[in-house]
Amino acid sequence: MNRYFNGQGPVFMQLTAMMRTDILSGKYPPGTQFPTVRSLAIEAAINPNTVQKALSVLESEGLVLSRGTLGRFVTDDRALLEQKRNEMQSAYMRRAWQEANKLGIPKEKFIAFLHESEEG
Amino acid sequence: MNIPVLNCENIYKSYQSGLPVLSGLNLTLPAGRIIGLLGPNGCGKSTLIKLIAGLLVPDRGNITVCGQPRSESTNALISYLPERPYFQGNMRVVQLLDYFSDFYADFDRSRAIAMLSDLGIAPDARMRTLSKGTKEKVQLVLVMSRRARLYLLDEPIAGVDPAARDYILKTIIGNYSPDATVVLTTHLITDIEPVLDDFVFMGHGGQILLAGNADEVREAHQKSLNELFREVFRC
Repeated sequence: MNRYFNGQGPVFMQLTAMMRTDILSGKYPPGTQFPTVRSLAIEAAINPNTVQKALSVLESEGLVLSRGTLGRFVTDDRALLEQKRNEMQSAYMRRAWQEANKLGIPKEKFIAFLHESEEG
Repeated sequence: MNIPVLNCENIYKSYQSGLPVLSGLNLTLPAGRIIGLLGPNGCGKSTLIKLIAGLLVPDRGNITVCGQPRSESTNALISYLPERPYFQGNMRVVQLLDYFSDFYADFDRSRAIAMLSDLGIAPDARMRTLSKGTKEKVQLVLVMSRRARLYLLDEPIAGVDPAARDYILKTIIGNYSPDATVVLTTHLITDIEPVLDDFVFMGHGGQILLAGNADEVREAHQKSLNELFREVFRC
């Protein structure tokens, strides 16, 4: 199975989430050229029209900018990147805490665990 | 907007003394799509593919390819991968390249050579010395090295190993052109799901049970096509 596709929901949404993470984590640094639809499609083994759709979502969020024939670029708006990064991190932490809560892990234990595993 | 790459209108086909395989099938496929033709064994997928490729003649109904009625001249627009390779055992791979270069004006020989080398297939090997899976890879290389408008791939990944499967799917993606449409049949739905734009679920008697955009259907049903297939065709 493909790392962009786990059978849950539309492929383009999973692909969008994955590429958003790649941008916000700095895999594609601010202001640099984004790979072409074709190369992304081949690399991920995903339909080119699906890749196109995922890219247009990232464009509408302002993370990726289209410069006509020059191709697509990662935004160099660092404030926007920071804001989106914070949103992503908060969402992730909320999910992690909800999961821990579901398993009945007390807050103190969770915090203690985080302190202990600081090194990774 | 554009002329569909394929239009099948009210197609009927039955074999000698048997039940009808297709009864009144309608199917229109636009350009620039990768389409999965999915259905249980014996539902008529290969029959439909052979009708489009011109190996069989429908009892009734019309087939047009890029707006032209199906005929010898539309064969030039179609690149067909049959269920099993049809080459003679004493032919060498390189002779098949000559064969295809002669037959098809749109055959890109250098592309075929590059693909053979990616797959580690020696051009001077004789077909009969190759394993079943390798023969299928050779056939696929030939078919995908054409610049056709309609690719009909009947079970392109069933007989090959998982690494070759990935390579084949990436080849299909890399070959993508807004002018061309790829139809592929398979029962390995999970493997091809991320590659498809659209899908067609074909039931017994060639009935189209469900068809549409793969992502939209996944969203509407909150299920993968593979799960949906198991539900629709539960035995």
